Amino acid sequence: MNSAATKISTRGLNVFYGDKQALFDVNLDLRRNQVTALIGPSGCGKSTFIRCINRMNDVIEGCRVRGKVILDEEDIYCDDIDVVQLRARVGMVFQKPNPFPKSVYDNVAYGARIHGLADTPGELDEIVMTSLERAGLLDEVRDRLSDPGTGLSGGQQQRLCIARAIAVSPEVILMDEPCSSLDPIASARIEELIGELSENYTIVIVTHSMQQAARVSQRAAFFHLGAVVEEGETSRIFTDPSDERTRDYITGRFG
Amino acid sequence: MIVLTALLLLLVVTLAFETGRRRAVTLAVDTPRSLHSRPVYHGAFVALCGGLPALFVLLVWLIAHAAVVEQLVLAQLPEALRGQQPERVALFLAEARGIASGHFENQRAAPELVAAAADFLRFSTFSLRLLPVVVLLVALAGFMASLPRCTPALRAQRRVEKILRALLAACSGVAVLVTIGIVLSLVFEAFQFFLRVPISEFLLGTHWSPQTAIRADQVGSSGAFGAVPVFAGTLLITAIAVLVAAPVGLYSAIYLSEYARARLRAVVKPALEVLAGVPTVVYGFFAALTVGPTLRTLGEQLNLSVASESALAAGLVMGVMIIPFVSSLSDDVIRAVPQSLREGSLGLGATPSETIRRVVLPAALPGIVGALLLAVSRAIGETMIVVMAAGLAANLTANPLEAVTTVTVQIVTLLTGDQEFDSAKTLAAFALGLLLFLVTLLLNVIALSVVRRYREQYD
Ligand SMILES: Nc1ncnc2c1ncn2[C@@H]1O[C@H](COP(=O)(O)OP(=O)(O)OP(=O)(O)O)[C@@H](O)[C@H]1O
Ligand SMILES: [Mg+2]
Repeated sequence: MNSAATKISTRGLNVFYGDKQALFDVNLDLRRNQVTALIGPSGCGKSTFIRCINRMNDVIEGCRVRGKVILDEEDIYCDDIDVVQLRARVGMVFQKPNPFPKSVYDNVAYGARIHGLADTPGELDEIVMTSLERAGLLDEVRDRLSDPGTGLSGGQQQRLCIARAIAVSPEVILMDEPCSSLDPIASARIEELIGELSENYTIVIVTHSMQQAARVSQRAAFFHLGAVVEEGETSRIFTDPSDERTRDYITGRFG
Repeated sequence: MIVLTALLLLLVVTLAFETGRRRAVTLAVDTPRSLHSRPVYHGAFVALCGGLPALFVLLVWLIAHAAVVEQLVLAQLPEALRGQQPERVALFLAEARGIASGHFENQRAAPELVAAAADFLRFSTFSLRLLPVVVLLVALAGFMASLPRCTPALRAQRRVEKILRALLAACSGVAVLVTIGIVLSLVFEAFQFFLRVPISEFLLGTHWSPQTAIRADQVGSSGAFGAVPVFAGTLLITAIAVLVAAPVGLYSAIYLSEYARARLRAVVKPALEVLAGVPTVVYGFFAALTVGPTLRTLGEQLNLSVASESALAAGLVMGVMIIPFVSSLSDDVIRAVPQSLREGSLGLGATPSETIRRVVLPAALPGIVGALLLAVSRAIGETMIVVMAAGLAANLTANPLEAVTTVTVQIVTLLTGDQEFDSAKTLAAFALGLLLFLVTLLLNVIALSVVRRYREQYD
């Protein structure tokens, strides 16, 4: 595999919550400008894995990460990396929608303001509107931009969080079950967005929907009990899995 | 006797509950599915119908017992005794009660006193014997009356819940009633005061020297009741205290909740809370003997004249005293902000301090305002530190280096020692208390409305 095609690679990644080990020796390469789907049964460490990529596990007390996560040839766990800069480059949409107790507008403008992405109020408006539009939320909230983001429905909140993440234009977007509370139409909109975004961004998506994984991703990795069991092109994983556990999972025999 | 009554009542209620439940069960056997509520609620309904009126009678009886017995004894007294001045009658009755309860010797007592004592004993024993009988009868009557109503169609659950809701409402009513009672007693005494001193003088006067003269030609014989300097003193000291406690308390809360490791927090937080447990007298010592003189020495070096009892010394120490209120409560509310909000902010590339400023603190604001408010009301009500460190002189000044006095201190000095209860001087204490109450009430209302408006915006 040539390194130009690889955006992120992990080497010997082990994660512990206190004494409990959640990830075992994960080696995975995530390709530039592609969508990688992470699948696997609940509790197998998918969230833990993607939280390693923007060092979100740092904020959990008692969580230790061992091993290397290399982003553009740089180990993000080495001492002289700026975690704040890293998280601006690697954006994240969390498993549970977590809008700030601020207005819809301020939620989306939050990152742009912090990073000084807009010089004028007009530019900020522009960023907010495009982000909402791309997340497929604009039409629903056009008249409610100053209403609290926490007052939106669950699915709207999830799209708000997506809009908030893409507003800072990260290089990598980590999405932890972004469609878990969306209806089919909104899900389709998000899948479309993922397709658009993958032209310029590297995307990692955790999903429990096999169909969704098959639709949006070019590559897929199957996690089981904290380890990567199988990894490869999505079409191959779904048609001809080489590991029995993968086959059992995608045919719905367990998980 | 009272314990016995309570036990018997409990027995009847249990019995009523079981009977009601059984009855519902048997009724339900004949016509299944038609029972409106579960059998327990039928039981509870019958139990409440029996127990509540009886409990009410018991309470009223206990409250009225002493007064009724006294009236009965009074009615037995010879006309000559009853016709005396009320104070003398009261004294006589008190003595008779003393003899009846065996506190006083009755050998050398007057015969009518002994007779009255015997009456006391007789009536009160009778009353206490009658009590369980009446209570039980009431309970049984309620029980019997409610049992026939216990049909499958009875909406027992709704009724029980209605009764329980009324009980809960009554409990919260108690707090309100007590507050109203306190206000009324203040209002009554304050009204007496305003009959002597015009309300405008009290509210707007800038001179406070509440002595009333013994001789007409004394210095300051008129007395002056302008409350402005006293309230200004309270305001000044409270402001200093809040200036100390708000930043220190809030910053330590932020440190504890956001930065400190669990093990450090486990040590530091209780240590801070110890500050709240220090008796205020000890703070008073500290203010008067350490902080006051230190400030004066410092002032001398800077060519400032600092009174040895100064608002600054009292305010600083009071600020230290209320730090734990701010820090401990704020720490709790900050920690109650969901972790997912912090992660959301950090995940967008915000620094920890940006996250705290822009997400965590705004989300915790209502609780923080509440914590500050509690601290402020502690500061306003605090007396000891001010007595010891700020002096008694009612100076109208904004200079924290001078001695001032506060509302609470004035109330204490007005009411301690031998006082006539109808002089303007004593009554002034109640007027001050009333005004203080109104001020803190206003403060609370303002803070609550701020919090509410904020909630509406972000919830
Ligand atoms: N903060 C934490 N503290 C302790 N253990 C944790 C923590 N977070 C996750 N774990 C454990 O680590 C393991 C992996 O959890 P993770 O959240 O990564 O699973 P997941 O694959 O995302 O599951 P799901 O599909 O249900 O979201 C689980 O066994 C979980 O109990
Ligand atoms: Mg997860």
